[in-house]
Amino acid sequence: MIPNLLFDVFSFILLGSAAMVVTSRNPVHAVLFLILAFINAAALFLLAGAEFLAMILVIVYVGAVAVLFLFVVMMLDVNFAALREGFQRYAPIGALVALILFVELALFVTGSTIAPGAAAARLFPTPDTITNSQALGSLIYTNYLVLFQLSGVILLVAMIGAIVLTHRDRKRAKRQNLDVQHARVPAETLTMVSAKLGAGAPMPKPNKETL
Amino acid sequence: MNPLLPPLVPGLLLGLGGMALLLVGVLSKRDKASTSTYGAILLLALAAAFSFAAPDAVLFGGLLKTSLFTRYADSMVYLGAAAALLLSLDYNRREAMARFEFPVLVLFAVLGMIVMVSAADLMSLYVGFELQSLALYILAASARDSLRSTEAGLKYFVLGSLASGLLIYGISLVYGFSGTTNFVSLAAILANGAGYGIVIGIVFVLVGLAFKVSAAPFHMWTPDVYEGSPTPVTALFGTAPKIATMALLLAVMLGPFGHLLAQWRMIIEILSILSMALGALAAIGQKNIKRLLAYSSIGHMGYALMGLAAGTLAGVQATLVYLAIYLVMSFGAFACVVAMRRKGQAVETIADLAGLSTENPGFAFALAIFMWAMAGIPPLSGFFGKLYVFSAAINAGLNTLAVVGVVTSIIGAFYYLRVIKVMYFDAGTPGFDKTASGVRFVMFAGALVTCLFVLIPGPLIAAADAAAKALIG
Repeated sequence: MIPNLLFDVFSFILLGSAAMVVTSRNPVHAVLFLILAFINAAALFLLAGAEFLAMILVIVYVGAVAVLFLFVVMMLDVNFAALREGFQRYAPIGALVALILFVELALFVTGSTIAPGAAAARLFPTPDTITNSQALGSLIYTNYLVLFQLSGVILLVAMIGAIVLTHRDRKRAKRQNLDVQHARVPAETLTMVSAKLGAGAPMPKPNKETL
Repeated sequence: MNPLLPPLVPGLLLGLGGMALLLVGVLSKRDKASTSTYGAILLLALAAAFSFAAPDAVLFGGLLKTSLFTRYADSMVYLGAAAALLLSLDYNRREAMARFEFPVLVLFAVLGMIVMVSAADLMSLYVGFELQSLALYILAASARDSLRSTEAGLKYFVLGSLASGLLIYGISLVYGFSGTTNFVSLAAILANGAGYGIVIGIVFVLVGLAFKVSAAPFHMWTPDVYEGSPTPVTALFGTAPKIATMALLLAVMLGPFGHLLAQWRMIIEILSILSMALGALAAIGQKNIKRLLAYSSIGHMGYALMGLAAGTLAGVQATLVYLAIYLVMSFGAFACVVAMRRKGQAVETIADLAGLSTENPGFAFALAIFMWAMAGIPPLSGFFGKLYVFSAAINAGLNTLAVVGVVTSIIGAFYYLRVIKVMYFDAGTPGFDKTASGVRFVMFAGALVTCLFVLIPGPLIAAADAAAKALIG
């Protein structure tokens, strides 16, 4: 009874906020509704017993992606009015995508399978006795440890790459170098110029200072 | 000691050694780039030594598998990467792009390649593939103040990601329709034939890998990336990743998908014919020697694919021999390109070579040897590589392929010989700068091996035979 009620509440809010994402005029509101939609979807996953997916959805989508959207919306000067134009032009393509999604959903709901043998050959069938975070964890940290570590190396390479391609040592920063200052002699810095009366003197070029 | 440890040592050396070099580079104060490069070359040599000493093993519950085949391919990868690092030592300093991260990235790319080569599961295949690709994208853009290098990096990244996407899509189809990613179980399932889903998946996997070996019609990125990248990086692109991906193609197509030979053979034949034809025809109009070598490498991959199309033991052996010979010719030729510098500037057009034979006969002769060998003129090594793949193709009944191969290698000889003609018969004063000893060493060693292969072909042929037997024995 209560799970059913919860399901109704979460899916109602999910659908409502999804509609608001598309229709709201203010892009910041749209992103906030998107976050609401993500959180409700996560709650639905929880109800379905997929707590790992729920956590990932909150951490990755709400924590990172939605915040990134918010940054883009607030930092960049995007002309949203121009983006909104041409609804009629794109409507047929949108309808086509919707139709394909609907057919796929229908196939899924009616339970059709195209490779009946594949489920039987699975190396690690879904366990019934433990939660799926536990099941995934024990697979990742035992059977697939080496792949997990190598994925970490890939991220390390990405980090090295970001630094190699963008980081520059700033040589222009003004720091005091006492040794050089003390070693300076007047001949390097002072120039005596004899000026004619009323005519001034040509400005001598100063030595480039290396302090 | 745990018997599973020795086969892991090369990978651990590369990964942990790379991280150690990174730390040394960050913390130490002076001349970090050359310390790091020598360290990386030492690590590659150590990894090669340890990989020869290690026994065959199936690791991590069937994710990785080492055998004579993987050791053969690994040693070629180590050699190609070490040669590229030697070339980079002087080039990077002169181009003011010497950074200690460069050899570290090469090490991680090599780690990805050896994972790819020894993959026994579609997941480890993909992780290795991605690791080497990502490191190579960064290396392509490593001359970050050069517009061409940045463009090359970006182009390689965008098109390479597309290839990765195709590959992972193919893998997901294969997994979805068969229920497993393990090579042994896949082979067992596919022994009873396969549905259309698996075949479509295999085609996508094939396209993703063909992209990496730059087999036509998936070669579009090659000339631009080869031309734009710093020359030592181009030398790396031309050797190690090509060889690793080719070895992976052999292992995956003849391993888990081996029972479907009749269904995918046609695709490999088409790839091979198109690559050979494009390599021969498109290179004719090139004025830039790096672009010329790019088209030449597309052609060479076409010849190497011929052995895979044969699908027999002799075919695998021929491809392995071809790859080893191609490796030596290729890094030798790129050493010559690295040596083409005038007044501190790298020059890359073929016309710049005019008159080289009178000014620097040794250099001219070395480049001539590589060009002759690539054209497949006996008694140089390139001829034997072609001979082996042609005979494997004919024995497998693929006469069309062999005929196309012969015709295209005759057409291709035109542009290789033109380079020699420019060096020996055209008037000019190249006035090249003094070549660094590391580059001269790579050039000399490459030329020596290319020339003397005819005298002692035995060890390589025997090694390739044993490796092929380990793969499909």
